[in-house]
Amino acid sequence: MSVFGLAFMQRAVLAGCIVGALCALVGVFVVLKRLSFMGAGISHAAFGGVALGYVLGIHPVVSSFVFCLLVSLGIATLAKHRRLKEDTLVGIAFASTMALGAFLIGVAKIRNVDLFGYLFGNILAITREDLLLALVLSGVLLFFLLFFYKEFVMVTLDPEGGKASGIPVEAFSYLLVALVASVVVVATRVVGIVLASALLVLPAATALQRARTIPQAMLFALIDGVSISLAGLFLAYLFDVPAGATIVLLGTGVFLGVFIFSSSPRRG
Amino acid sequence: MARPVIEVEHLYFAYENVPVLEDVSLTVCEGEFVALIGPNGAGKTTLLKILLGLLPARRGKVQVFGRPPEDLGPLRHRIGYVPQLSHFDPHFPITLGEFVLTGRYGLIGVGKRPGRSDWEAVEKALEAVHLLHLKDRLLGELSGGERQRALIARALSVHPKLLLCDEPTTAVDPKSHESFYELLLRLKREGVTILVISHDVGVIAQYADSIACLNRTIFCHRRPEEVISGEMLEALYGKEAAFFHHGDVPHIVVRREKNEGGPGAL
Repeated sequence: MSVFGLAFMQRAVLAGCIVGALCALVGVFVVLKRLSFMGAGISHAAFGGVALGYVLGIHPVVSSFVFCLLVSLGIATLAKHRRLKEDTLVGIAFASTMALGAFLIGVAKIRNVDLFGYLFGNILAITREDLLLALVLSGVLLFFLLFFYKEFVMVTLDPEGGKASGIPVEAFSYLLVALVASVVVVATRVVGIVLASALLVLPAATALQRARTIPQAMLFALIDGVSISLAGLFLAYLFDVPAGATIVLLGTGVFLGVFIFSSSPRRG
Repeated sequence: MARPVIEVEHLYFAYENVPVLEDVSLTVCEGEFVALIGPNGAGKTTLLKILLGLLPARRGKVQVFGRPPEDLGPLRHRIGYVPQLSHFDPHFPITLGEFVLTGRYGLIGVGKRPGRSDWEAVEKALEAVHLLHLKDRLLGELSGGERQRALIARALSVHPKLLLCDEPTTAVDPKSHESFYELLLRLKREGVTILVISHDVGVIAQYADSIACLNRTIFCHRRPEEVISGEMLEALYGKEAAFFHHGDVPHIVVRREKNEGGPGAL
């Protein structure tokens, strides 16, 4: 029986491809707008979200999705204050949401949770719902990128000039943050909470070293993201090693390879 | 007299509790070319941002095209804004043509795609600053002076009726300053109203209709030859600044930077 004959493997491969692609596309804006740390903070907030779901009796994917959206938009709102810096807020949210998760799991005496799976990913645990969520999110993301591409470019390149020319840049920054949060939550299902932000940043950062334009960067990142996801899943299956970690290590390898062999690295 | 395009009366603005602009009044009429000069931290960029509707006036009246800046409607797209060059990441992955096109993004409208007329406007704007041949180059591959001209082309791409420039010649080599100001004069002849922040008192005095001196407040707005008489510049930049006269045109040399660094980089 081939690898793809296994139902869980089919789901894993599909989810891996979709998540790799989603992360790659939105990741280009994440890297350019310096939201990488925000991505890491959001993915860790998913831990608090999952624990909340268990305590409140809500599906953990739903609870972490809502929780991460709220945390990310909260950070984006507070970061507008002149005396608060975004990286400080992310640093606080990063730790406090993890603490909340650990606290709730302790208080509620939850024992049947696959903690390691949530933290580092478990392809066996990818459900139909996860896949459905990933598919819906792909549609939403493609819609926004297609129709509001130039607004996202403006938000990234020159928010002030955009505002001066009448573009609602604040609304689009929030939208970008919300999209990043959504993609990250789906990514945590494949590679885990700890590794999700790597999938968001690595393909885009790799692509931006060579790409001349944003569409080109998206294409390169897409190829890289899907390839490392597929290759990582395969290697993980063949050698019985953790898939999430394999994907991230492959991505890091490609990133370093491109960096070293680039004669004139422009970005990193 | 021509219609006023910019009307500022008794404007007050503060960041938190640090006053930046106090009792600022300034009128710029249609087709006028006004230079705004003043030391660092004088509030020049802040004033520009209030005119653009990026910052709210705390007190006083501000009108652009006869309307409040935050409520300009379609008139917003008739303003060309040239921000400081340092505002941009020079390695942003974008070609010169696409970069100039971003100037028209607001005009094109949210969710809509640029069409042929937009690209024609981009090419015309690039031609005006003599950069059309570099259209497909990356922004990061251009020299500082070329990037500065790209910013100007970006502002011109909307066919502005009002041009607001924040130190538009800092990265342009001195030889090209004149050609830049010649371009502004040509726009002025086409009826464009121009407000330029500059440290280039000497050069701008030859082109501007009037010079407004700002240091928290506008304490003089007169014809260039009256402003550059010496006393006015001394009052503006302080006694630490010396003025070397080449003919009638003074050049500012700041001897000590004691008075610099007011409330942040404004």
